[in-house]
Amino acid sequence: MEALIQTFLNPEIIAASWPIVMAGLRNTVLLSLLVVPLGLFGGLILALLASVKNPAVRWPLMAWVDFFRAFPPLVLLILLFAGLPFAGLELGGFVCVAIAFFLNTGAYYGEILRAGIDSVPAGQVEAARSTGLSGLQAMAYVVLPQAVRNVLPDLLSNTLEVVKLTSLGSVVAVPELLYQARQAQSITYNPTPIVVAAIIYFLMLWPVVRLLSRLENRALAGR
Amino acid sequence: MSNPIVDARGVHKHFGALHVLRGVDLRVTERELVFVIGPSGSGKSTLLRCLNRLEEPSAGRVVVDGIDMLDPRTDINHARQRIGMVFQSFNLYPHMTALGNVTLALRKVAGKSRAAAEALGQAALERVGLGDRAGHTPGQLSGGQQQRVAIARAIALEPRVMLFDEPTSALDPELVGSVLEVMRSLRESGMTMIVVSHEMGFARNAADRVVFMDEGAIVEEGPPTAIFEHPAHERTRTFIGQIQRH
Amino acid sequence: MSNWDRFTDTFFNARVMLKYLPDILSGVVVTIELALLIVVTGIAAGLALALLRSLAIRPLNWLIIFTVDVFRSLPPLVVIVLIYFGLPSVDLSPSGFVSTWLSLALVLMAFSEEIFWAGITSVAKGQWEAARSTGLSFGQTLMSVVLPQAFRLTIPPLTNRTIAITKGTALGTVVAVTEILGQASSAMSNSYNPSPLMMGAAAYLVLFFPVVVAARWVETKFAWKR
Repeated sequence: MEALIQTFLNPEIIAASWPIVMAGLRNTVLLSLLVVPLGLFGGLILALLASVKNPAVRWPLMAWVDFFRAFPPLVLLILLFAGLPFAGLELGGFVCVAIAFFLNTGAYYGEILRAGIDSVPAGQVEAARSTGLSGLQAMAYVVLPQAVRNVLPDLLSNTLEVVKLTSLGSVVAVPELLYQARQAQSITYNPTPIVVAAIIYFLMLWPVVRLLSRLENRALAGR
Repeated sequence: MSNPIVDARGVHKHFGALHVLRGVDLRVTERELVFVIGPSGSGKSTLLRCLNRLEEPSAGRVVVDGIDMLDPRTDINHARQRIGMVFQSFNLYPHMTALGNVTLALRKVAGKSRAAAEALGQAALERVGLGDRAGHTPGQLSGGQQQRVAIARAIALEPRVMLFDEPTSALDPELVGSVLEVMRSLRESGMTMIVVSHEMGFARNAADRVVFMDEGAIVEEGPPTAIFEHPAHERTRTFIGQIQRH
Repeated sequence: MSNWDRFTDTFFNARVMLKYLPDILSGVVVTIELALLIVVTGIAAGLALALLRSLAIRPLNWLIIFTVDVFRSLPPLVVIVLIYFGLPSVDLSPSGFVSTWLSLALVLMAFSEEIFWAGITSVAKGQWEAARSTGLSFGQTLMSVVLPQAFRLTIPPLTNRTIAITKGTALGTVVAVTEILGQASSAMSNSYNPSPLMMGAAAYLVLFFPVVVAARWVETKFAWKR
């Protein structure tokens, strides 16, 4: 037992690497605060576009969404980070992450929001339009509030995924939590920093996982 | 008829291959209560929905309160404030209170301040007898109460015409009376109303004119006594016979 | 040389693509192997956990729920790194391939357990009662009455989640697995040309795009009514 602790939760190494790891945590939080709204925004645009009945809009849209659902986000990230420089465009790791996430998570959020909008009965829009509200007003005040409420568990679940996805930044040298932990690990030749990072991720995200579980069970009990 | 408030001429509507409205002419004067009856599939609801352009007519002309509803240059949202509509399935916004439902359009389309809108909304709710339920959400209201809130939502905008699309068809029988009561008082206050419904008793007592539709066209129209007692057309006779048997 | 020609010469260089095509193809084989392993073991393990949970043994349930929570909370890449770089300290040296497979299978196990459990619990209690009242045992009820109904409800979310996780095979690059991205990246640095990466991207699309489209079709067929 002693040996295990010395190996995986070494107190000296924890203390020594603490500042590095904390800096990583700060960046993970900042990165999440950036990419989640970005993804939601992208998703909202896609979902609003999807509510246009015109098949000439719906088909390319579905192709776009399926493309980014099929494409592994890491590959997209590498493509932007290592591929673009060959075209003379050197975007930093951070910008590449932002773009890749906007495209990838936007597609997922878009699907969720689209399902939410579809779940609102057509009668709601008719009633709103019959009182003189424009299509956009009906969407903003009547449809979207109900749509979001209907798919809240899925939105939460996807947001959880996005935060976990920030760990991909470590592959393109964005100094988020995993990157910092790996740096510390290679300096100390000890896996403790990675274990610490895992524990931090767990503590940060577990409450959301619990909340999601409870929401899902409540939705089922309501049947 | 001098200056009808609703003037629909030659209205056609196709749904794909289905010819649902076949050249309907309907003219309604101010303060008139027109009752539209007919078998299901006759196009009654479609006609109503063409009047406020919730359905786009395939051909024809629709002028309401002097506004050409089908002209692309018409501000349709502005025009719809003059036409109130009540739906069979109420269509109240579940995420808002009764007052919220009533004031939404007042604030966003008529541009009223929150305070002014709430005052008007409260007054409308009181007119339908639900002033004390302003803070309730639709889920906390009975079917009859929900429909009355829907009526309040429509009348709060002070429309010139009210359209009722089977307003009581989704209600339990004991709740129908409360809604008809509100409709009666609306009529007494001088509202122009076009009602699609099966409530024949109400038609007999309150309607100025009954219109019988079948297979997308108006077969016969006239005062209630004429249509119910001595219908001129065979099809009208058959339909009246069928419904009176219940 | 026009701009377009320069673009295709850089990103779609025929000579480079031809030279590294075999590498990319061997990467495709590895990706498929990994994906299949992950899907089979992950879903089987998830189903097993859900079935164990239906036995309603309290301490066991807490253990299951805790394990599931852990693998739902941790980013897959963290699990891969933990296994690959951490286990050697206790004299276990899993290869990059095994680390990736194990990590993603554990993650899929956690998510699929939740999905199966949701499916099982959503089958109305009345179904259990009716079956048991005709003398069927717990196991028989589960197999013949409950699971078939739960199955229908689990297909859409399960396909979605499985696709998301198996795309994670690309993460194997980080621990030197010779799957598509790994092969493409080495080819790219050896040739100073991004064409292998474009081939790799195309390979992923060829693999996953049809799966995503099929999943969309499956979703509509088994639409989960809330």
